[in-house]
Amino acid sequence: MPDAACRDEPFATTLIESPRDPAQALLNELIPAGEPWMGVVCRGQTFRILDVEGNQAVDTLFFNAANSEERYSAADTVRAQGRLYLTTGTQLLSNDGNVMLTITADTCGRHDTLGGACSAESNTVRYALEKRHMHSCRDNFLLALTRSGCGLTKRDLPSNINFFMNVPVTPTGKLTFADGVSAAGRYVEMRAEMDVIVLISNCPQLNNPCNAFNPTPVRVMVWGPD
Amino acid sequence: MSAAIWEEHLHDGAHWSGVLRRGVKLRLTDLEGGANVSALFYNYEEKLERYNMADTLKAQHTAFLTKGHVCYSDMGRILCSITEDTCGWHDTFCGVSNAAMVAARFGKTRFQEQRNDYYKNGYDSLLNELGKYGLGKRDLVSNVNFFSKVTPDDTGDLRFHPDASKAGSYVDLRFEMNTLVVLATCQHPLDLALDYRPRPVHISAFRSDPATADDLCRTKCPENARGFRNTEMLYA
Repeated sequence: MPDAACRDEPFATTLIESPRDPAQALLNELIPAGEPWMGVVCRGQTFRILDVEGNQAVDTLFFNAANSEERYSAADTVRAQGRLYLTTGTQLLSNDGNVMLTITADTCGRHDTLGGACSAESNTVRYALEKRHMHSCRDNFLLALTRSGCGLTKRDLPSNINFFMNVPVTPTGKLTFADGVSAAGRYVEMRAEMDVIVLISNCPQLNNPCNAFNPTPVRVMVWGPD
Repeated sequence: MSAAIWEEHLHDGAHWSGVLRRGVKLRLTDLEGGANVSALFYNYEEKLERYNMADTLKAQHTAFLTKGHVCYSDMGRILCSITEDTCGWHDTFCGVSNAAMVAARFGKTRFQEQRNDYYKNGYDSLLNELGKYGLGKRDLVSNVNFFSKVTPDDTGDLRFHPDASKAGSYVDLRFEMNTLVVLATCQHPLDLALDYRPRPVHISAFRSDPATADDLCRTKCPENARGFRNTEMLYA
């Protein structure tokens, strides 16, 4: 019973720090507010996302670099761990049921995978018809994929992870976008268990508290295998 | 409701697909209680437009679906509305079972020995139907699990409620767009029953009037009013 076994895994109830030194990172890049980013993290490498100024949602997808039809699955990840939120210990599973990455450190404590990515169209529904023109994560995803020429398209945008975003669900099923639990300098770190393409939108949403109404830069770092 | 246009019996562990056009209502009935119907929805004319779990939940500030809620596409439009529901809670975030999970939980079976009683899983069932339209793994996104209830506690730990749906409970989906509907009646992935026991479901289609100005789903929240406006633009 693999599901039950996963549920027995101990879960971090405290924030877990990483010993890694940013000066030793193989890659250390700033993603300006509101911009997309794509990169590859190889098996055994460690990937960190740093919330530079605090309360910044980072919409993220992972694809198997060798076979992009295998990609992050929010439903499999949530179901296998029997818990809605992601933190240290969470195995990020693919649609094929394989572990893509494992979260190894987390100084934020809770990350969302239900809230999806904002879009021009969903902004017209959620806020007002006049919000259609505003920049959005799905526009970021689409532009990054299209510009890259990697062959991935809108078809390849399943449910994503929102690192640093707080979307609590109550026992009666109410879902809200709450104020962030992150802060300046908090980070989440994960070990790649396969070579993965990382697709990020540093969220430009201005209409809800997911970015504290003020989108800011984040930093991505990669370390070599231990 | 008037007489059904058509009806079908979905065996336990079955997969099914069909086109439900704007102006048609589909009733799903749990015949024995404890059924699960995994469902995906696509715009039949442009299958890149599909049910979007996150947009559906965010617009309606809910983590589950019931009467008054609608299923949004990723394009800000409403594929279908839930106009009746005697069950009360339909899961949106647990996905489906897969072959490895079913084999680990219930044992491995093959057609060769079991004939049509071999164990089915949700993932392969949905893929099987998607393939009939040239769709595949890239199109298999977060689905709805009708008749299944999963609730989180304050820390996010999930609990499956095995008795959430009683025999005879039903849910009505009024289609607001021409929609490719893909269904599977495999067990819910968190159904920890020790035996393999998917349940049969009855589906029946009826003619339906369009949503009125005071329609329950349209007036549920200002977001849904805008969603109906977006949808009606497509058919104007």
